[in-house]
Amino acid sequence: MKILVCISKAPDTTAKINFTDGNTKFDEAGVQYIVNPYDEWYALVRGIELKEANGGTVTTVTVGTAADDPIIRKALAIGADNAVRIDSEAKDAFFTAKQIAEYAKSEGFDLILTGKETINYNGSQVGAMIAELLDLPYVSLATDLQIAGSTATIKREAKGGKETVQVSTPLVLSASKGLAEQRIPNMRGIMAARTKPLNVVSPADVTPLTETVEYSLPPEKGGVKLIDPENMDELVSLLHNEAKVI
Amino acid sequence: MKTDLYQGHDYYLMDELLSDEHKLIRDTARAWIKKEVSPIIEDYYERAEFPKQIVPGLASIGGFGPYIPQEYGGAGLDQISYGLIMQELERCDSGLRSTSSVQSSLVMYPIWKYGNEEQRKKYLPKLASGEFIGSFGLTEPDHGSNPGGMVTNFKDMGDHYLLNGAKMWISNAPFCDVAVVWAKNEEGRIWGLVVERGMEGFTTPETHGKLSLRASATGELVFDNVKVPKENLLPNKSGLGAPLGCLDSARYGIAWGAIGVALDCYDSALRYAKERTQFGKPIAAFQLQQKKLAEMITEITKAQLLTFRLGQLKNEGRATSAQISMAKRNNVDMALKIAREARQIHGAMGITNEYSIMRHMANLESVITYEGTHDIHLLITGFDITGVNAFK
Ligand SMILES: Cc1cc2nc3c(=O)[nH]c(=O)nc-3n(C[C@H](O)[C@H](O)[C@H](O)COP(=O)(O)OP(=O)(O)OC[C@H]3O[C@@H](n4cnc5c(N)ncnc54)[C@H](O)[C@@H]3O)c2cc1C
Repeated sequence: MKILVCISKAPDTTAKINFTDGNTKFDEAGVQYIVNPYDEWYALVRGIELKEANGGTVTTVTVGTAADDPIIRKALAIGADNAVRIDSEAKDAFFTAKQIAEYAKSEGFDLILTGKETINYNGSQVGAMIAELLDLPYVSLATDLQIAGSTATIKREAKGGKETVQVSTPLVLSASKGLAEQRIPNMRGIMAARTKPLNVVSPADVTPLTETVEYSLPPEKGGVKLIDPENMDELVSLLHNEAKVI
Repeated sequence: MKTDLYQGHDYYLMDELLSDEHKLIRDTARAWIKKEVSPIIEDYYERAEFPKQIVPGLASIGGFGPYIPQEYGGAGLDQISYGLIMQELERCDSGLRSTSSVQSSLVMYPIWKYGNEEQRKKYLPKLASGEFIGSFGLTEPDHGSNPGGMVTNFKDMGDHYLLNGAKMWISNAPFCDVAVVWAKNEEGRIWGLVVERGMEGFTTPETHGKLSLRASATGELVFDNVKVPKENLLPNKSGLGAPLGCLDSARYGIAWGAIGVALDCYDSALRYAKERTQFGKPIAAFQLQQKKLAEMITEITKAQLLTFRLGQLKNEGRATSAQISMAKRNNVDMALKIAREARQIHGAMGITNEYSIMRHMANLESVITYEGTHDIHLLITGFDITGVNAFK
């Protein structure tokens, strides 16, 4: 089985979020990046598990600059066989998806896995766009993936329950929590990652479809008001008049 | 214990001096600890038991002989990587780091450096994978700071050596599979012998009642006419310099480990001070608490710089024993002071096992004593700079 896993960076959850250039750019100064958890913990690990069970290869693909190499090495340390970096900043979802589709179209992958979203932009678009660009079936929010021959049986999150679908490979799938269990790399993996191939390829000529005009932070959290459990009237009146939620 | 919220602190952007692989190794150790050890460490500490089930995991993250060459089952990493792993382990618990230090620097190191090829092939891969746990017997009941006075001895019986004596305060002793034991031959010269569990006359009673380093097992190594095969003598170095060479490597790891403890205490104190409100303000807003926190991060930053430089020297094979002594002494003392201040910042909560501070503080009482006491390291520096030996 030939498996492709899309790996993106995301700021560490402890990073301080600031913007520059009139609030149109994320301020990267001092920000530590990690592998986007949905990509790492679920998509990548499930890909590796399938390879371990059925044979084949796991390739990762990242649209990014050399600054992203550390997260790619981590994916290799966890167990991917080789990596491709498309040498450009990821400008928007379409740009990213188109770059990946251009690379993947002649590679014959049986399975393309993405995280359900990145934890910074929460766009949830790249997987679906890749599927459309490659004319492949797409299943989102997968929590379980089994493959038998060329049939994939996938459980996916549905509102208030689960949906089970069958699709034939090749396909694109976005991974949700539960698809696999996080793997911590080990020393053997870290050492093996040193020599695994990381191929840098030139980006295709793609024009992004969107432009960020402004970022803004959520309002600061206010203080907490404690209300005596005896004093229900006050609680109701505050929720009604101040918080305006009831 | 509650969720381990630890995050590192890097005031002088020291991370920029590390390679991507260094950071991956460190972050891997940290992630493994948060997942596998932080949730259980308080419990094992209270029960005074080493959590043996973590041994394979500890091996997989490079906790056993990371700088030992790959051909012997190690990872062939540099000294900074070793230091970073020790930092992360001790950040969780000094006992965890002790187990790892003993295995790496006091058991694998002498077999690698002073052993022959058969000994390396026989023991190192099993020690690297954690299949074997090792211990290091230098200290005796009557010879602690003065190990050169040891009385444990072996006689050449023609086809084997006969070993007699007792070692005390030995980490990992109660369950070790092999022990590197330092003993005098008939001429009074110190050699290292590999003693294996199961050899007749060799016992390892556990030391109970420790109020420090409780998650690490400590015991005695008792030798009552133990027949040790001749091929178990480490042939390539003898004299007190041989065990001291191992101690250099372990002390270097402790210098990093102590930074881990200090960071954990500071991290917890900083978070607590920002969250805990008294007199209508977070206690972090009071000057007295700020003084404590500011001094902590200053001392940590100084120690990080000192220790990183020591790591560079060690990588180049230029770190002297005296330089290592200075770092061990400075960093452990720094960590102990920070643990005490951090405990006060936590108020009454600081004395409970909800927080790691008291455990760290108690652990550091061992760390400031073993591998050369605080006093002895000062005398080493004194000797180095004046040329006058003030030990005796
Ligand atoms: C938890 C734990 C684990 C240990 N693990 C090991 C192990 O795995 N292997 C091993 O071999 N040992 C181990 N040790 C032993 C440790 O290395 C010794 O305890 C240490 O070397 C000090 O020896 P001592 O306890 O006999 O103290 P002593 O040497 O009796 O010292 C008592 C006090 O006198 C001071 N003192 C001694 N000599 C001088 C001097 N010349 N000038 C001024 N002051 C002096 C010391 O600084 C100290 O304050 C361990 C100890 C502990 C607590």
